[in-house]
Amino acid sequence: MLKPNDTQGKLIIVEGIDGSGKSTQINLLYKWLQAQGRSVYFSEWNSSVLVKSTTKMAKKAKLFTPTTFSILQCTDFADRWENSIYPLLKAGVIVLADRYAFTAFARDVGRGVDPAWVRSMYSFAIQPDVALLFRVPMDISIQRITASRAKLKYYEAGMDLDLAKNRVDSFRIFQGRILDEYNKMVNEFGLTVIDGTLPVKTQQKLVRGIVKNALQGWEGLLNPDHSTISTINPQASAPKGNKHKGGKQ
Amino acid sequence: MSEPVFYGAGFPYRKKHKMSGKLIVLEGTDGVGRSTQTKLLRRWLEAEGYAVSDTGLRRSELTQAGLNEAKKGHTLSPITMSLFYAADFADRLENQIIPAMQAGFVVLSDRYFYSVMARDCIRGVDPEWERKLYGIALKPDLILYLKADVPDLVARLIHGRGLNYWEAGMDIHLADNLYDSFVKYQTELIRAFDSLADEYNFVTVDAARPIKDVFEELKKDIHQVLDEAQPLAKKPK
Repeated sequence: MLKPNDTQGKLIIVEGIDGSGKSTQINLLYKWLQAQGRSVYFSEWNSSVLVKSTTKMAKKAKLFTPTTFSILQCTDFADRWENSIYPLLKAGVIVLADRYAFTAFARDVGRGVDPAWVRSMYSFAIQPDVALLFRVPMDISIQRITASRAKLKYYEAGMDLDLAKNRVDSFRIFQGRILDEYNKMVNEFGLTVIDGTLPVKTQQKLVRGIVKNALQGWEGLLNPDHSTISTINPQASAPKGNKHKGGKQ
Repeated sequence: MSEPVFYGAGFPYRKKHKMSGKLIVLEGTDGVGRSTQTKLLRRWLEAEGYAVSDTGLRRSELTQAGLNEAKKGHTLSPITMSLFYAADFADRLENQIIPAMQAGFVVLSDRYFYSVMARDCIRGVDPEWERKLYGIALKPDLILYLKADVPDLVARLIHGRGLNYWEAGMDIHLADNLYDSFVKYQTELIRAFDSLADEYNFVTVDAARPIKDVFEELKKDIHQVLDEAQPLAKKPK
């Protein structure tokens, strides 16, 4: 359903439920690639400045339905896609994405939208060169999240779906659905599964091995001064170093 | 009462309640008199005792602020813009149109997603992609396509609200001035509408005639659809 990569660049993405450790891993990967003098760009889920005010307002007022939530997240993605990810890939940059279309396929279908419909909505995007799925048992995910944050957020916990009265129970049911959807995508999209319960260092070694393979014999855009990339989109161009806060929801 | 019919999957997570209302869409390019006719039709339908709900593009609370802001800066790329409109559409469909249809209202929609498809098509958005995106859309009972050619539109707009940046398609740089750009853009739009008219079974109405004549024809077409209907909800007092 996703287009083959027709650009000179390389697209590397990480996926997984909240608390799976994927942001930590992509952060370390970014630093490694940057240190090698590669041209690297980082893009985070739900970070378009253009769509931010709408999402924030709608979340606060609880205006979302599963469909409008899904379309607006895709709008956010499309803005990043059209203004930074795709042009940079064309130029030969390595683009790292913390969450990609698969997040939408997992969450939106978990909310009840049609799987074929949401896949088609993202069909302007390309199949990543490397797609890593960080898998952890639900209890570990919940433990990591509740240890780092005061309270689960309304949509994050799937409270809009009336699955349970309290947020932790609802979160558990909703994350279970998301986990099922991710598992279905392993074969469908050729996701590489990484065991997110392994030590951070061990995981990173695996990740770097996979990426090294994917970049073998490939040059990409030169970066003689080891500089970081800025784009017309004034969004964060480097992952935040904080392991404990968790990424964008 | 009938089962709702969608172009595609619709909203699988919603219960498929029967609908006793009617969805009537007015389509057509800018300046063709849609809003005027919508107002007249609403007044007429209410006088006939129907409960009427009207809606139109960009009226959703969800996306209004974002769309306005984006239009100010002209920073939206084609797919992003298209999705913003789709969010607006979905929000009105789920929160306004479908509930009104279930309650037996006549829903008058000043444009539907066809207008968005026409404008996106000119901006290079993949029509197949967009057709699938609007698989969420409810099939209208009647789509009235008000059609006038470009010289008529120019005459109306210049004596009315004037030519504007977006209606002239100035964002896609077709010409260096508002008039030439308007002519080129609206010509393209009409071509796009004509092909949608075949695909989606529009009823084409010649809108180059006086307002009153157009109104009479629209009434006739709408009457036919309403005659098939079960008794609809009465206008709330």
